[in-house]
Amino acid sequence: MSETYNGHDHPHEETRTGAESALYASRIRAIEALLVERGILTKEEVRRQIEYMEARSPANGAKLVARAWTDPEFKARLLSDTKAAARELGIDASGPVEFLTVENTPEVHNLIVCTLCSCYPRAILGRPPDWYKSFAYRSRAVSEPRAVMREFGLELPMDVTVAVHDSSADVRYMVLPMRPPGAEGMDEEELARLVTRNSLIGVSVPLEPGLAG
Amino acid sequence: MTARFDPGDPVRIRTEDRRGHIRTPGYVKGKTGRIETLLGTFKNPESLAYGGSGLPEKHLYKVAFRQKDLWDGYAGSLDDTLYIDIYEHWLDPA
Repeated sequence: MSETYNGHDHPHEETRTGAESALYASRIRAIEALLVERGILTKEEVRRQIEYMEARSPANGAKLVARAWTDPEFKARLLSDTKAAARELGIDASGPVEFLTVENTPEVHNLIVCTLCSCYPRAILGRPPDWYKSFAYRSRAVSEPRAVMREFGLELPMDVTVAVHDSSADVRYMVLPMRPPGAEGMDEEELARLVTRNSLIGVSVPLEPGLAG
Repeated sequence: MTARFDPGDPVRIRTEDRRGHIRTPGYVKGKTGRIETLLGTFKNPESLAYGGSGLPEKHLYKVAFRQKDLWDGYAGSLDDTLYIDIYEHWLDPA
């Protein structure tokens, strides 16, 4: 399936619900049936790709972040070659698209969006949340990122620069958030539990110890 | 194939109103930013989307814009920045 995939893992429609989504689901099933009938894809390839996608989750991103917080050399590798760093932790991010990890610092906070569709580091984090694909997020994350983050509960002071990354082409982005205060002395596994999916997109920051379940 | 632009170069995004699978969103068209980094070369998505070979590959650049230059009445810091990945054939020197 990768031949026809080209990293273009994005639907070009807004997130839809109800009857409309049923319409799109039937259309996709019809297209799949045709592709199989014409011998372009096999059912097995479709099944394998679904399994690959379902096996990804934000837990992968949390593992990468927790390792980066505890191992400065790993952090340097994560920032310089995200694919290779992911491979070190057994996360297969091979494929035609590139990955970049952007680091939050006391001076700069990063936020990820794809205004054109829903480009997302799926090979590492799995499928994006529905709101990430919504027209509202895609348009507002670029034009009023601070208001969007405020709605997610993150109020950034004006002396922190907001860097928005519109992943419109062949690179997928993940945020390396800052280690929260009070997380000293925690091991990698405990740290990983503080790293939420939203903090990997940049709409919020990791949980503070005591708040994580 | 050498890259036409270097980090720091000011660039303007072309304003072509082209239909199809273009990867340049409207809100940056006609706007001036600067090259942040070169991201490498990739098959041209405008060709791949229609069954083409995507060749020749195109240089892809991360372009930085000041948010204040993109949006009237932007609510934020003067330093707030938008980064977006743009293929070379959408860039003119500014």
